[in-house]
Amino acid sequence: MTAVRLGWHTVLVLVVDSSTPAVTAALVEVSADAVAARAQRCTVDARAHGELLAPQVDAVLADTGARAADLAAIVAGLGPGPFTGLRVGLVTAATMGQVLGIPTYGVCSLDGIGHPAAAGEPVLAASDARRREVYWAVYDGAGQRIAGPNVDVPAVAAERARGLAVTIAVGDGAHRYADVLGLPVRGEPRYPDATALARLAAERIRAGAPSEPLTPLYLRRPDAVAATGHKPVLP
Amino acid sequence: MADEPLILGIETSCDETGVGIVRGHTLLADALASSVEQHARFGGVVPEVASRAHLEAIVPTMDRALKQAGVTIADIDAIAVTSGPGLAGALLVGVAAAKGYAVAAEKPVYGVNHLAAHVAVDTLEHGPLPEPAIALLVSGGHSSLLRVDDLARGVTPLGSTIDDAAGEAFDKVARLLGLPFPGGPWIDREARAGDPAATAFPRGLTAPKDLAAHRFDFSFSGLKTAVARWVEARQRAGEPVPVADVAASFQEAVCDVLVGKALDACRSSGIETLVIGGGVAANSRLRAMAEDRAARHGIRVRTPRPNLCTDNGAMVAALGSHLVASGVAPSRLDLPADSAMPLTVVSV
Ligand SMILES: [Zn+2]
Repeated sequence: MTAVRLGWHTVLVLVVDSSTPAVTAALVEVSADAVAARAQRCTVDARAHGELLAPQVDAVLADTGARAADLAAIVAGLGPGPFTGLRVGLVTAATMGQVLGIPTYGVCSLDGIGHPAAAGEPVLAASDARRREVYWAVYDGAGQRIAGPNVDVPAVAAERARGLAVTIAVGDGAHRYADVLGLPVRGEPRYPDATALARLAAERIRAGAPSEPLTPLYLRRPDAVAATGHKPVLP
Repeated sequence: MADEPLILGIETSCDETGVGIVRGHTLLADALASSVEQHARFGGVVPEVASRAHLEAIVPTMDRALKQAGVTIADIDAIAVTSGPGLAGALLVGVAAAKGYAVAAEKPVYGVNHLAAHVAVDTLEHGPLPEPAIALLVSGGHSSLLRVDDLARGVTPLGSTIDDAAGEAFDKVARLLGLPFPGGPWIDREARAGDPAATAFPRGLTAPKDLAAHRFDFSFSGLKTAVARWVEARQRAGEPVPVADVAASFQEAVCDVLVGKALDACRSSGIETLVIGGGVAANSRLRAMAEDRAARHGIRVRTPRPNLCTDNGAMVAALGSHLVASGVAPSRLDLPADSAMPLTVVSV
C-alpha cells in the first residue's frame, strides 16, 4: 500500500443506515477532494427495515445505471439503534462486501446527524432508543464527537449536554423529547445523513484502508432472563 | 449432474446459523455455527442472543460453505433462505443476508418455509420424495403432522401440538433430571441404560374422547407434569431418582404418541411414505420405533441422518433446489421475515 495514490479517480460507494426509523441506501462518489451524492432512497418506517433496504439498494444502483460490481466500498451506520432494524443494514453491507470483495467501513450513525449539524457551536444529537430513552452524543463546533455515544433517559442526556455548553439539539430523538431536553431543536438532519456518513469514511476510502468488521453499537445487553428453576408441581 | 442447478441455502430461524450448498439432490456443503452454548445457562434460546450471534456468524459460515463446495457465489444459480416460521429477529438476519448476497451477485432469491425445508432435506439422502407423503416434524420449536401432496406448492397441516413442542418437553424433563440443555441428546443417552417400561407415563391426546377432537394433535404438557410429580415424590421421600429409567420411560411415552399418530395418519389416508424430520428426529428411540412399527404396516419411513434432522442450511438449499426444479418463481426482493409463516405457504 502506497501512501500517495497516483492517478486517483472517482469511485462509487454505497452507504446504508438502518439505525433509526429511516431506512437509507445511497450512492456517493468519492473523489480526491470531494464526496458527492449520486442517488438516495430513504423511507421512514420503523417496522419494515428488512423489507425496504435491499430494494432501495437495487433502486439507487438502477438510478445511476450502475451495477453492484461497480462499487468500490460500502459505508454502514453502526448505530446505536434498535437492534433488530440496525442489524439489517449491517448484514446487508457485510454480505455485499463479501461477495464483491470490497472493503466495508463503519461510522457511528449519530455522527451522521451531529457532524453535519455542528455549525460553529456544540450540538447534542439524539435518536429514539425506545423505552423512553435516547441514544445520544455531543459534537463540538467543528463536528467532532466529544461525548457518547450513550443510551440514557433524555434528562440525563440533557444534563450532560448542558455541562458541555451545548446550545442546540438535533435528530429524531431531540424532536421527540424536545420538552425534556429544554434545547432549541434544529430541523435537519433528523436522521443519519448518508453523504455525511460517507464523508466521515472518505479518508479511509481514499487510503484504501483495510476492511473493518461491522460491529454494531448495541450499548445495551440483550434482555436475557434466565429461565427460572424448576417449580414444584406438588402442593 | 453438472447441469443441475446449484443452490445456496441460508437458515437462521433459531440458534443455528446454517449455510448449505446443493446441486440437484446432491449435498456439496453444510456449514453450521451454533450459539447453543450461549443459551445453555438460560435453559432455552434467548432471541436477542441468537440474533447477535447470527450477525457475527453469517459471513464466516458462508465462507466455509463456499470453500467446502469448491464454488464461488458467481457459480450459484439461486439463493434460498428461511423466511419463517421462527424467531423474528433471528429470521431477519438470514433474510437480509440472502438479499445482500442476491443483490451483490445478481441472483434470484427464494424465501422458504422452514418446516417444508425439514421435509425437503430428506431428498438429499433418499432422492425425490414420493407424493403424497405424511411428514412428522418434531423439534424444540415445532411438533406437526402434515400431508405433502406437492412440496413445491403447499402442504396440508393435519395436526400439531396444543401446548409444548416435543423438543421442549425433552428440555424440561432433562432439567428436572439435572441434565444439561439442550436435553434431547442427554435423555437419549441416559435412556439407553434405562427401562422404558419402568413407569407408564401418560400418552397425551390418545384417549378415545381426545381422539375425536384431536386425532392428529399432540400434547406434552401433561406428560412433563406427570414426570415432575413422579420425580418430586421420590425426592420428598428421600429416595434416589433412577435417572435412566425416568429418561427411558419418558422418551418411550413421547415416541409412542408421535409414532402412533404418524402411522395413523398414513393408514387412514392410504399413504405409504412417512418422512420424519426436525431435531427430535435425531432421537435414536424414535427412529427405531418408527422403523419397526411402520414395517408392520408396509409403510416406508424416510429419516435423514441426525445432523440433517437438526436445523441447517442444507435443508433450505434442498427445498430451494426442489422449487427451482419445479419451475416456481423466485420471491420479490421485499420479501419479509414472517415469524408465524403458515405451513400452507412453501415459498413467498
Ligand atoms: Zn427446525
